[in-house]
Amino acid sequence: MKWSEFFVTGEPLIYAADVAIVLTIIGIVFVLTYFKKWKWLWDEWLTTVDHKKIGIMYIICAVLMLFRGGVDALLMRAQLTAPNMKFLDAQHYNEIFTTHGTIMILFMAMPFLIGLMNIVVPLQIGARDVAYPYLNALSFWLFFFGALLFNISFVIGGSPDAGWTAYFPLASNEFSPGVGNNYYAVALQISGIGTLMTGINFLVTILKMRAPGMTLMRMPMFTWTVLITCVIIIFAFPVFTVALALMTFDRLFGTQFFTMANGGMSMLWANLFWIWGHPEVYIVILPSFGIFSEIVSTFARKRLFGYKAMIGSIVGIAFLSFIVWVHHFFTMGAGPAVNSFFSITTMAIAIPTGVKVFNWLFTLRKGKIRFTTAMLWSLAFIPNFVIGGVTGVMLAMAAADYQYHNSYFLIGHFHYVLIAGTVFACFAGVHYWYPKMFGHLLNERLGKWAFWLFMIGFNICFFPMYFLGLMGMTRRMYTYAAGLGWTPLNVVATIGAVLMGIGFIVFCYNIYYSARYGERDMTGDPWDGRTLEWATASPPAHYNFPVVPEVTDLDAYWAMKKNGNGYEVKEEQLEPIHMPSNSGRPFLISIAFFIAGFGLVFKWFTLAIIAAIFIILGLILRSFDDDDGYYISVDEIKRTERLARKGA
Amino acid sequence: MKHEKQRGRKWFSLLPLSLLLFLSGCSEKIVVLNPKGPVAKAQYDLIMWSIGFMLFIIIVVFTLFAVVLIRYREKPETADYEPPDEEGNKLLEIVWTAIPIIIVAALAIPTVKATFALEKPPRHDVKPITIHVTSANWKWIFSYPEQNIETVNYVNIPEDVPVKFKLTSAGPMNSFWVPELGGQKYAMDGMETQLILQADHPGSYMGRSANFSGRQFAHMEFEVVAQKQDEFDKWVKEVQQTAPKLNKEKYEEILKPGLVGRMTFSNTHLEWIDHAEQNSHHANDEKHNDRHEDMESDHHEH
Repeated sequence: MKWSEFFVTGEPLIYAADVAIVLTIIGIVFVLTYFKKWKWLWDEWLTTVDHKKIGIMYIICAVLMLFRGGVDALLMRAQLTAPNMKFLDAQHYNEIFTTHGTIMILFMAMPFLIGLMNIVVPLQIGARDVAYPYLNALSFWLFFFGALLFNISFVIGGSPDAGWTAYFPLASNEFSPGVGNNYYAVALQISGIGTLMTGINFLVTILKMRAPGMTLMRMPMFTWTVLITCVIIIFAFPVFTVALALMTFDRLFGTQFFTMANGGMSMLWANLFWIWGHPEVYIVILPSFGIFSEIVSTFARKRLFGYKAMIGSIVGIAFLSFIVWVHHFFTMGAGPAVNSFFSITTMAIAIPTGVKVFNWLFTLRKGKIRFTTAMLWSLAFIPNFVIGGVTGVMLAMAAADYQYHNSYFLIGHFHYVLIAGTVFACFAGVHYWYPKMFGHLLNERLGKWAFWLFMIGFNICFFPMYFLGLMGMTRRMYTYAAGLGWTPLNVVATIGAVLMGIGFIVFCYNIYYSARYGERDMTGDPWDGRTLEWATASPPAHYNFPVVPEVTDLDAYWAMKKNGNGYEVKEEQLEPIHMPSNSGRPFLISIAFFIAGFGLVFKWFTLAIIAAIFIILGLILRSFDDDDGYYISVDEIKRTERLARKGA
Repeated sequence: MKHEKQRGRKWFSLLPLSLLLFLSGCSEKIVVLNPKGPVAKAQYDLIMWSIGFMLFIIIVVFTLFAVVLIRYREKPETADYEPPDEEGNKLLEIVWTAIPIIIVAALAIPTVKATFALEKPPRHDVKPITIHVTSANWKWIFSYPEQNIETVNYVNIPEDVPVKFKLTSAGPMNSFWVPELGGQKYAMDGMETQLILQADHPGSYMGRSANFSGRQFAHMEFEVVAQKQDEFDKWVKEVQQTAPKLNKEKYEEILKPGLVGRMTFSNTHLEWIDHAEQNSHHANDEKHNDRHEDMESDHHEH
């Protein structure tokens, strides 16, 4: 391979990105060296097994990926603003929509929620960490290096360009000969392993590590949704692992699972992809439902209406999520009986989802609603998600779907559910739990500005797309002819996208502004919260709770506050706390994964094998590792707690 | 501040309405809602039926939402109000489970009926015409086996006659979509799918690929021209007499990745290859191998 092929060349945008990347790396290295922060970075972050820090790192990466995916989106909108635009050529546009989709789902939405899960779930169930803290660090670093590998594709080797669905035979060597789709197969595999381990980790955490008294039916709704999400991850991700492995074999070693020749079957890829892909969208929507439930209940000052029905609904949705995948390709000609079955199962999802919407509305009823920023995001979710939901039901009707399929009607639908569902939930969750993460609140005024800009922009951007779809505009077109009547609505959509971008900038500015001027959270309970995460300090000490709380009711902390003085710690109750030790191995193993992945992408098998040996070495060293943590002495806990109280 | 919020919300709820008004100015451009054949009409009816229910759901939820937010927002006069803790309400929960079930049933029944009906010709009193459609990077090839003619990037059909489009692909998957005549279906390599469409009137209808298939995918447009039966027959005869013959070399040329204009031929490529057969692009080699093996076994017998 020539160096001119190794680096992506020929695009001014890419050169600008090259310069930006180099400057950013120099900047980071300079700042770390100048402020002598290398050791701090290693000790506090790279080797940490603390679920709260891991959660924060997930969220930082997710926000960066939201930026990257958002820039992709704005580039696409710029190209589609007017007919016959020459801003992007077809190849560049194809790469951009592919990375936009892949990044937004796998490197933005999911890590954002996993980050919130990491921070909140152990606190909500009164645990000191997750069940497998070391594994948790490994999950994060695999995700991180998977994302890094995927992202470098646009300056080194070339981005994948066959859509985030990577349908075969288009994604085969025959039609996509570059390394782009190798990146897709390998990078998603690496981060996918991380996700699968997260699923196992949190399932065990929630099942085994709840505080005494917290029965399953006393678990906060967010924890419930995470539990069910973990079950979905554990069942769905192995399918993706296998599909990606077969894709890797096809692309690197000349097998013919999905190709055109020798009995390969492209439909097999579509089926495997969506058997994972449909549950995947519920992996990003169920925790969002959980976040909204917590926030709606807190700011309506009422317990969640129909708690049991809510749980029933999420279990129902999780089950149905595995028997609807064919609705992604009703047009594949599977026959009317098959299509009818999947039509009905898909529409059936509307029933438990509808139950949830009404339960949220009735949680609000008779409440005392405070319009905080977190609450605004949660409230806006309801009408916007309903629009996405009903259009989803319309898409579920197979015979009608033949007219919507792959059109902008579909684009409108899934952005309405994924943005109004997941992205709104991420913003809501960040505003809500921010004091718990960093000890200060996000500014409400800026928060509301960001909310209104983003929410209105979102509607202006995506509502017209339903009509563009009915006008015959199909997804993934890099340009269109004049005279089709599509131009005005495309202009409107672009304006909306710009507004969303401005909203995102305001949100980022808010992070900076609040870090400097934000209100400190002295109480640990700034919202008059209901669940256990508000019982401890903001931010919590690394052991979370000096004494494991006793749970007597749903909304455990609310009950404590009603029945007494909340969560009180008497010093004589303190006992030494057992905590896991930090380890640099997850970080190093993941680097080895990254190098192995990079070797595979370019078919540099020697490099890949050497890196793989290091991975195995890491695993062997881990199995002979007899470091089973350390104890925090009572004295140290006392000191930490007194300090926290003095702050208060 | 509060008033501002409500104004914002009201303005937001007007947005869809204003869009509808704006769109009514160019409603004939909304091709899906302008059916020009019985298949598209059946789908249009189903779409309209579902939109009715969906608007009902939206109105109910939005009204409840607005009422609840306005009535139960925190106000200075409700400072002492402490919301009651409700666990739930069996009756209400049954109601809002039952109503969606009814709506889903009301949508499912016509959906299933239509899904089955669309697999059959809309009318049985005329013999359908069969046209093989082959998608390739990035063009559409139409073969008329009964007429023994072939066209590229346009297809003429007789009006009021069901057309059985037999879809396949010589490369990546595409989706064959003529929104004014009816919904789409995939064209895939190594297999055949069937889409039945019919045009009510003579006219020209836009068709395009709806499934991404690579670099020039956006330009994979074709025109469906519906003609009166006698005009169609005349056109067929003309093509049979005047259009050039298609041969393997020319066909390979057409299949090469890229864009081509319209073409017309007085025979079809089905004579030597049908991409709908599994691994058809190796069919010739396999035949060759078979023959070779036959010869060998003959040899052994001797």
